[in-house]
Amino acid sequence: MSDKKQASPLVQGYEVVIGFETHAQLATQSKIFSRAPTAFGAEPNTQACAVDLALPGTLPVMNRGAVEHAIRLGLALGSHIAEQSVFARKNYFYPDLPKGYQISQFEIPVVQGGEVSFFLGDEKKTVRLVRAHLEEDAGKSLHEEFHGMSGIDLNRAGTPLLEIVTEPDMRSSAEAVAYAKELHKTVTWIGICDGNMQEGSFRCDANVSVRKPGEPLGTRREIKNLNSFKFMQQAIDYEVRWQIEQIEDGHAIQQATVLFDPDTGETRAMRTKEDAADYRYFPDPDLPPLVIARDWVEQVKANMPELPRQMAARLVQTYGLPEYDATTLTQSPAMAAYFETAAKASGQAKMASNWIMGEVSRRLNNEEKDIAQVPVSADTLAALLKRIADGTVSNNAAKQVVDALWSGEGSDVDAVIEAKGLKQMNDSGALEKIIDEVMAANAPMVEQFRAGKDKAFNALVGLVMKASKGKANPQQANDLLKQKLQ
Amino acid sequence: MNELHHLGVAELAAAIADKKTSSVEAAQHLLARAKEHQNLGAYLAFNEDLTLAQAQAADARIAAGERGPLLGVPLAHKDIFVTQGFPTTAGSKMLAGYQSPFDATVVSQLAAAGAVTLGKLNCDEFAMGSGNDNSAYAPVHNPWDAARVPGGSSGGSAAAVAARLVPAATGTDTGGSIRQPASFTGITGIKPTYGRCSRYGMVAFASSLDQAGPMARSAADCATLLTAMAGPDIDRDSTSLDHPAEDYTRLLGLPREGATAAQPLKGLRIGLPKEFFGEGCAPDVLAAVRAALSEYEKLGATLVDISLPRTELSIPVYYIIAPAEASSNLSRFDGVKFGHRAAKFDDLADMYKKSRSEGFGPEVQRRIMIGTYVLSHGYYDAYYLKAQQIRRLIAQDFQQAFTQCDVIAGPVAPTVAWKIGEKSDDPVANYLADIYTLSTSLAGLPGMSVPAGFGAANMPVGLQLVGNYFKEGELLQTAHAFQQATDWHLKTPEGY
Repeated sequence: MSDKKQASPLVQGYEVVIGFETHAQLATQSKIFSRAPTAFGAEPNTQACAVDLALPGTLPVMNRGAVEHAIRLGLALGSHIAEQSVFARKNYFYPDLPKGYQISQFEIPVVQGGEVSFFLGDEKKTVRLVRAHLEEDAGKSLHEEFHGMSGIDLNRAGTPLLEIVTEPDMRSSAEAVAYAKELHKTVTWIGICDGNMQEGSFRCDANVSVRKPGEPLGTRREIKNLNSFKFMQQAIDYEVRWQIEQIEDGHAIQQATVLFDPDTGETRAMRTKEDAADYRYFPDPDLPPLVIARDWVEQVKANMPELPRQMAARLVQTYGLPEYDATTLTQSPAMAAYFETAAKASGQAKMASNWIMGEVSRRLNNEEKDIAQVPVSADTLAALLKRIADGTVSNNAAKQVVDALWSGEGSDVDAVIEAKGLKQMNDSGALEKIIDEVMAANAPMVEQFRAGKDKAFNALVGLVMKASKGKANPQQANDLLKQKLQ
Repeated sequence: MNELHHLGVAELAAAIADKKTSSVEAAQHLLARAKEHQNLGAYLAFNEDLTLAQAQAADARIAAGERGPLLGVPLAHKDIFVTQGFPTTAGSKMLAGYQSPFDATVVSQLAAAGAVTLGKLNCDEFAMGSGNDNSAYAPVHNPWDAARVPGGSSGGSAAAVAARLVPAATGTDTGGSIRQPASFTGITGIKPTYGRCSRYGMVAFASSLDQAGPMARSAADCATLLTAMAGPDIDRDSTSLDHPAEDYTRLLGLPREGATAAQPLKGLRIGLPKEFFGEGCAPDVLAAVRAALSEYEKLGATLVDISLPRTELSIPVYYIIAPAEASSNLSRFDGVKFGHRAAKFDDLADMYKKSRSEGFGPEVQRRIMIGTYVLSHGYYDAYYLKAQQIRRLIAQDFQQAFTQCDVIAGPVAPTVAWKIGEKSDDPVANYLADIYTLSTSLAGLPGMSVPAGFGAANMPVGLQLVGNYFKEGELLQTAHAFQQATDWHLKTPEGY
């Protein structure tokens, strides 16, 4: 159940209710019911075999790899893995659907229940899953370049998909995007999906409705094929405003499927419930029920990586990190590994966490880079953290060190500190000398302080720091100045 | 050898192996004979060059010292099996001229055993029919009386074997399509346990029922063919049974355990379902069946009265499930990728409608409509789901019966072959005539038809034998023992 620590955010007095259906393309070598390869971007119809073309006499044979991917997701999200699930035919005519039906799962899906947890700001949210089922993708209709005709590319036909369906647990577009990001993180983390949203490997449909708090669920409209997190938020926000406007104007919402147009920022109805097809689902007689024995699940479990939430718990336990830090650092296996290396090598876990979530992430974001492309290695960062901890450099000076390391100006922390003269002045004799000089040159200020003006103290510290060219240890400067003023 | 068309599979294989003839000579002779009798309507396609090349290859294997029960023997395939080098039409205008880029598993396994493909055999469109009058190309005539149907849907296979155009042929059986035409033409045919022969490369009619099997002049020849046809194919057909291939000839001529040479079937309990011997069956058919059963008693078998109480329900159950699956299986014929596309259409929906209306015949369209209806929202539970529940009960009834007997026997069909056109306007009359074969298919059990004599108008009558799952060997042994004691299976229609 959703943690309701805070009341749902209301939009013009309405509560927003969102549920998701996500199609994750499974990263298998071959298709779900044939041995044709699944490579993206090949010449049309070169990645389709007789089975994908639905030639007479061809039959589907289940790809066990696709089933294992489904089991992995179920294990990652705490779902029930059905001992027996059923493939069904969803019948409809479309030129890029070669058999005239899609093999999917209807009444008994392979993955049942489970949940996705994530932080929205510093609030923990949990979205319940209804199910995740295996199905095959259709081909593509190409309407350009054929002068009044349509081309059909069946390369994608038969590509394995896992359709992941949530309960209507989300209450804002921000929460929906956070859910989608968390799910995206999970499927890529466990290696079942490459997560490439541009290529359509991870596409979301959002079911959106609004209601006055306490009222039953409103009529939903389904926004199809949201393929970026940015569009997701825009589309939902637009849809919510549109629905509220309709209701306020006295119009009832009609159940419909809509598309988001990124150019106009609007959603537009594709079809309404009235022209919804009757898919005539029935169990596919070409495929016996999918039986998943317990030991198969155990085998898959044995090969699972440590999951984000397990890892986050371990980071809290081992390094004493706050839960927020642990969750943030487990955005990807690479990020988590970067943190752990830096924390271990420096012995400064919290400092490492702060630096990675702050300075490192900020720079990566600015350059639209991934942690895998970070120019400063975790060991190098650790060396710098040690120098902060032992007082060799100040925090501010350390940022200058990172600048140099990031740009490739230097690669050794100590060498950079040396070359840039960023070492803190820890020698009290030299510092005392500077303080004496500053006090002598600013006698009126010293008098003000002694007369009871505390502000003058800070000004004096600033002057000391300036005179030391920033190398003075601020704490030491503070202490020494205090002594001398007494 | 001028009369080699009278040789069965075993005799022809022996003649070729002993160099009394060659595979090429046999193929040439049978091709010429097939063309001479094209008015039967049995064959839809030949590829003489390919046939002779296969025969030459077989002769070369024989010259190299190889031996095999099918090596060099010409066979022909029901046009439901996709076959490289031949068009595969499934008897439909929809697939006119369609060339498959691969062979059905059954075809490739027979080819591997050295059999030579003579041609493709006519059938009811998409195997839907019981008179072979639903072929889009030509009706098939019964060699025993050209005015009568050969049965269906494997009518071309049955007519070709009965008329000695080919020693054996492949057929498919969804609700009786091997057994009923075998009965109508006086030949032997067996439908094995569902899943025993791969369905890969069979143009699908009803996936949960379709099963390939051989049609020949004797149980022994059927055993030889089935041995080559059956076996696991789990990488290509998920419903193929993962059960090792077996030699179905192994029990032929052997007395049952504890029996004697004089009474080779001693101890065999033959169950007679009372529902198969009631008013619905024509007296001439019943007389022939009862005479055959008396023969079985002489061979040592005992007859046991049993009941298959849901026999009548098998008709509505079958005619819900089979059309439901067919309506979906035939969706791929949409004019987009292969098969017939209408020459003129306004838009996509119009292209679908015109292509399918032109490409499919009336019986196929009727079944697509029935199937679409029973799967529709609001009707699924009342029809399809209910039918599946009764189907399970029908299978249970058989298991109950097999506690009382080893083999179940009865008529294959309620009458002998009817006149062409007699039932054309009455689809329900056609459906009702399937009553004795449907329940076996619904239960997935092996069943066969064995020539048992003649009925009205001197037309052949078949005895149906049904065994439990995987009991094809025992069934063939039981049929073979009968054929050792009788000569019904050797009768040849006049003029052939």
